[in-house]
Amino acid sequence: MNWEVIFTPDSLAMYGEGILTTLGLLFASLAAGAILALIFALALTGPSLLLQRIVGAYTFVIRGTPLLIQVYLIYYGLAQLEWIQARWDTIWPWTHFKEPFFCALLAFSLNTAGYTAEMLAGSIRETNAGEIEAAQSFGMSRFQVLLRVVLPSAMRRTLPAYSNEVVMMLQSTSLASAVPGLLDVTAAASRIYSDFYLPFEAYLAAAAIYLVATFCLIGFFRLAERHFLGYLGPRKG
Amino acid sequence: MTAYYWSILHGALLTVGVSLAALLVSALLGMVGALAKLSHRAVFRVPATLYTTVIRGIPDLVLMLLVYYGGTIGINNLLELAGSEATLDLNPFFAGVFTLGFIYGAYMTETFRGAMLAIPHGQMEAAMAYGMSPRQAFMRITAPQMLRYALPGFTNNWLVLIKATALVSLIGLQEMTYLAKQASAATRSPFAFFLFTAGLFLVYTWVSLIVLRWLNARYSLGTKRVTL
Repeated sequence: MNWEVIFTPDSLAMYGEGILTTLGLLFASLAAGAILALIFALALTGPSLLLQRIVGAYTFVIRGTPLLIQVYLIYYGLAQLEWIQARWDTIWPWTHFKEPFFCALLAFSLNTAGYTAEMLAGSIRETNAGEIEAAQSFGMSRFQVLLRVVLPSAMRRTLPAYSNEVVMMLQSTSLASAVPGLLDVTAAASRIYSDFYLPFEAYLAAAAIYLVATFCLIGFFRLAERHFLGYLGPRKG
Repeated sequence: MTAYYWSILHGALLTVGVSLAALLVSALLGMVGALAKLSHRAVFRVPATLYTTVIRGIPDLVLMLLVYYGGTIGINNLLELAGSEATLDLNPFFAGVFTLGFIYGAYMTETFRGAMLAIPHGQMEAAMAYGMSPRQAFMRITAPQMLRYALPGFTNNWLVLIKATALVSLIGLQEMTYLAKQASAATRSPFAFFLFTAGLFLVYTWVSLIVLRWLNARYSLGTKRVTL
């Protein structure tokens, strides 16, 4: 083992840049994914059968295919379409399709939105009918019932499953290394491996970084669960 | 053009092969891990707990690269130490199967452990009272019932494992994702090939789901179902 190579300023700077990219991708895709997931979950549990079918098909496809293929489809696949090619030099939203970061971010956001939407929809369906009836008898509008009664409790109940999804998402960001031109933690390790031909050291360092990040996320969610779901636990004597 | 589709379809066989072989490895590891984690001896319990905690905290891809590239160098260094001139290249198929099996073994461990814990304790005591050995009790009481409790978690793990086989393309195994990427590089029409591959994965997960649902219905025969 030759650990000096890992602890040179150059290598550490590379891992540092990788950590920034990985965390940036993680939090940006979680934020975008959460907003999409909320809309999708409302569509899944809403009255429109058409919307239910469309979003249901979407989550089925997203959850049934590998994320790597989804990343390839967006990064390599969309670039093939003439409709996009005609626009990506000049017209605003399409110019982003030339950036690897945006393509990876889009794939990750769409992916996590599919999984989170199904979780949230499950929690919304579990809402106690009596709570909704009580809210209605108070004269709340449908929007008010949703905002004041259904969503706060459904989101709380989704928290344990969502913490799993966040950890899975952290690990999924390692697929960003399959996109050329993106330097996340895994890509940084691959570059150090190819520079020095030291696979054990390079990838073990990356594994340690992911492990620490995972434990931080788990610890954070444990605190969050204690805060938001504390009322479900046994009463303290 | 059609030749590329045929080659991807052919690569699907390899995907099925890798996933099934990895499933076998992970189920075996999961069984051993679950027994170790429930053991009252710390010698078994501590390593098993470490295994499930560490593996689930590291991305599949990083572990795969570690095993594939690190393993090749490690084996060759050992060969060199032993004074041999030979060099060995790790086969991507075995590296993939071994790594996926090792990773999903950790998830299977948790699933099987939960299933073993779900069996009422009194049944074990009854088996002991009948004079069964621990081995007999496991084969006659725990194993058959465990299957039913483990199936939902097993189904989830299997679906995730199928999708993880796409990662093996990144260490050079020529399964369908790899072939799709090559086909799209050669023909410059990536969209169609990746969509085709995604469709094949969808068919694979969908068929698995049908089979596992049927199995679940079979093993749940005679259980009381409660609905609200």
